[in-house]
Amino acid sequence: MLLHLSLWTFMCIFMEKPSTLLDKLWGAHEILRREDGTSLLWVDRHLVHEGSHHAFAKLAARGQKVAEPRLTFAVTDHYAPTRQRDRITDPDIARMIETLEGNARTHGLETFGLSDPRQGIVHVIGPEQGLTLPGLQINCGDSHTSTHGAFGALAFGIGATEVAHVLATQTVWQRKPAAMRITFEGALAPGVTAKDMALGWIARLGAGGAQGHAVEYAGPAVEALSMEGRMTLCNLSIEGGARFGMVAPDEVTFDYIKGRPFAPKASDWERAVDGWRTLRTDAGADFAREVIIDAADIAPTLTWGTSPEQAIGIDAVLPAPGSLGAGKAAAAEAAYDYMGLTPGQPIKGTPVDQVFLGSCTNGRIEDLRAAAAVLRGRRAQVPGLVSPGSALVKQQAEAEGLDLVFRDAGLEWAASGCSMCVGMNGDLVAPGKRCASSTNRNFRGRQGRGARTHLMSPAMVAAAAVTGALSDLREVMQERV
Amino acid sequence: MAGWTTHEGRAVHLPQDNVDTDQLIPARFMSTPRVQGYGDFLLHDMRRDDAGVLRPDFPLNGPEPASILIAGRNFGSGSSREAAVYALVDAGFRAVIAPGFGDIFAANAINNGLLPARLGEREVAALVAELGDGGAPLCIDLGNREIQVAGQVFGFDLDEVWRTKLIKGWDDIDLTLQHAARIASFRDRRVADTVWVLPDD
Repeated sequence: MLLHLSLWTFMCIFMEKPSTLLDKLWGAHEILRREDGTSLLWVDRHLVHEGSHHAFAKLAARGQKVAEPRLTFAVTDHYAPTRQRDRITDPDIARMIETLEGNARTHGLETFGLSDPRQGIVHVIGPEQGLTLPGLQINCGDSHTSTHGAFGALAFGIGATEVAHVLATQTVWQRKPAAMRITFEGALAPGVTAKDMALGWIARLGAGGAQGHAVEYAGPAVEALSMEGRMTLCNLSIEGGARFGMVAPDEVTFDYIKGRPFAPKASDWERAVDGWRTLRTDAGADFAREVIIDAADIAPTLTWGTSPEQAIGIDAVLPAPGSLGAGKAAAAEAAYDYMGLTPGQPIKGTPVDQVFLGSCTNGRIEDLRAAAAVLRGRRAQVPGLVSPGSALVKQQAEAEGLDLVFRDAGLEWAASGCSMCVGMNGDLVAPGKRCASSTNRNFRGRQGRGARTHLMSPAMVAAAAVTGALSDLREVMQERV
Repeated sequence: MAGWTTHEGRAVHLPQDNVDTDQLIPARFMSTPRVQGYGDFLLHDMRRDDAGVLRPDFPLNGPEPASILIAGRNFGSGSSREAAVYALVDAGFRAVIAPGFGDIFAANAINNGLLPARLGEREVAALVAELGDGGAPLCIDLGNREIQVAGQVFGFDLDEVWRTKLIKGWDDIDLTLQHAARIASFRDRRVADTVWVLPDD
C-alpha cells in the first residue's frame, strides 16, 4: 500500500504539467477566477504616490477606508523637489505632496514622506526597505512597477481606478497574461549593462513587441547581473509593451534582501528562503513566446528617436527611415525632425547640452558608482544633474565620496525623486536642448516641451558628460589606461 | 459610470504609431483636480504651437467635434496615467479604434467607459478610406462588436469581459465586495501559511 501510494505520488508529480514562474506566482495569488477567465488576485503590497490622488478621491466619494493599511505604503517621489525642500514655492507641487501625506495620515499608512530619511523613488525604496520580496504580488499606480519583478515577484502597474479598487479591497482583477521568455545567452562585453540589454531587445521586438505578455528574463547573462541590474532590466519591460517583467530569485536575490528593515526576521528567514527557492520555471514549461539573444552581440546602446524602440549601438549610423520596416518610416522621419538629427550620420559625436543621472531605472548605488568611475578626476563639458534614487542611496554615495566626484566634475548633486525623468517637480530640459539621460522614456516632451532625450546607461551618460557629445564609454575609459 | 451599447458619431484619424500617454496628456497638467475637466489637455503639445494656439491642420482641430478617434499601432503606450483616458473622455471621445493599445491604457479606458476597439491595420486603412472627407458618421455596436460606416461593416476585437463591463457600466468595487467572504478567507490562509508575508518592521 505504501509503495503503491508513493508510486502514485511520484506519478502525480511526474505527470503534472511543468509550470512557468508566472504560473506559480499567479496561482499563489488567485482568489477566484470568473467564468470569463479574469482572475481576482490578492495584493501583498500596495505602493501609492502623489499621483494616486484620483484614487483616494474615489475612495472618499464612496465613503470607504483603506482595506489593509498595513499592506499599503505611501511614497513622495513624483513631485519631490530635488533642491530647497524646506520652502516649496510652486503651490501645485506643495498641494500634491500635502494631499498624499494627508491621505496617508487619514488612513494610517506607513509613509516615506518628503522629510523622511528613507524617502526616495517608489521602485527604489520598495526593494531597499525589504518590502519587495520573492513570491509577493505588488501593485502601484505606475507603469514601472515591473521593476519589483526582479525579485521573482508578480508586479505590475495599474491605473487610478484600479488603485482605488486595491485601496478598497486589497485585490485586483486581471486576466493572466501570456508567458514570454527572453533568454540572454553568454556574457556581456565590458562596458555593456542591463540598460543595453533592455534597449537591445526593445529595439529588436518593438515598443509594443511584448504587449499582452509577462516577460521572464533568463539565461547566464541575467543570472550574472546584480539585483540593481535585474531591476533595470525588469523596469524597462513596459517600454517593450510588457506590463510584467520577472527574474527567478537566487542567492544574489537572497543576499540583497537579508537584513533589510521589512524583510523576514531571522526566525522566519530559512523558511522564507526555502519557499523562494521553488520560484523558478520548471524544465519543459511552455511559453507562448521565446526569444533568445546572444549577450555578446549587445553593444552600448542608446536611443536616437522618440520611442524606446528607436535605439542603436553607439557605433552605428542613424538608420534610414526606409530601412526600418513596414510602417515605421513616417515615425522615424518625424522623430529625426524632432530630435534634430540626420539619417546616415554616425550617432557618436552628436553634441549634447546637458546630462541627467537618476530615475527608477538607473538611480541606484551601482549606477552612481558606474558613472563616477568614468567621471573621477575629470570635468564635465556640459552641465548636469545627479539625483540619487533614494535618500539612502544618496547617503551611501556620500559615504563613498561619489558626491565629490560628481561635484568636482561640475555636476549638480541633488536630493532624490523622479526628478528630470518626468519633470513633474520642475526639473526640466529646455526646448530644443539635447540631454543624455539614464532614464526610461525618450517620448516627445517627456523631459520638458521640445526636450531631446537620449536614453543610455549611467556610464554612457557620464561619457557624454566628459566629452560633451554622445560617446562610446569604452573609448572614454580607454583613455584612462 | 453609465453603460452603453451603441454609439454614433464623427471620427477623426490620427495617423501615427506609438502615441504614448505623455502625448495624450503632458505631465505638467496632471496635478489638476478632475472636476476642472481634462478635455483641453488632450494631446496638448501636438494640437498647439509654442504660443498655445491650435494648429489648424491638426486632425483633432477641425470645426466639427468628434467622438471617435482612429489611431495607429501601440496607442496609449507608456505611463499608466489614467489622466490620458480622462483627457479623451472629457474631450467627448467614446471610442478609440487602433491596431493595438498599451495594456494599462486599455484597462484604464474600460474603467472609464471608453472603448479601445482593436482592428487590423488593413481594416483601419479601409475604414479611413470609407470616411472620405470625414463627413460620414460611424456607428459602433458593442453587442455585435461591429463598426458600420457608409454601408460597410468592420468587426473589431474586444475582450469579452471588457465588452460586458462597457455595456453594463459596472463598478468593479461593488462586484468585488460580493466576494468579501472569499477574500477574507484567502487572506487568513495566506497569512497563516506564509509566516513572512506580512511586512515585518
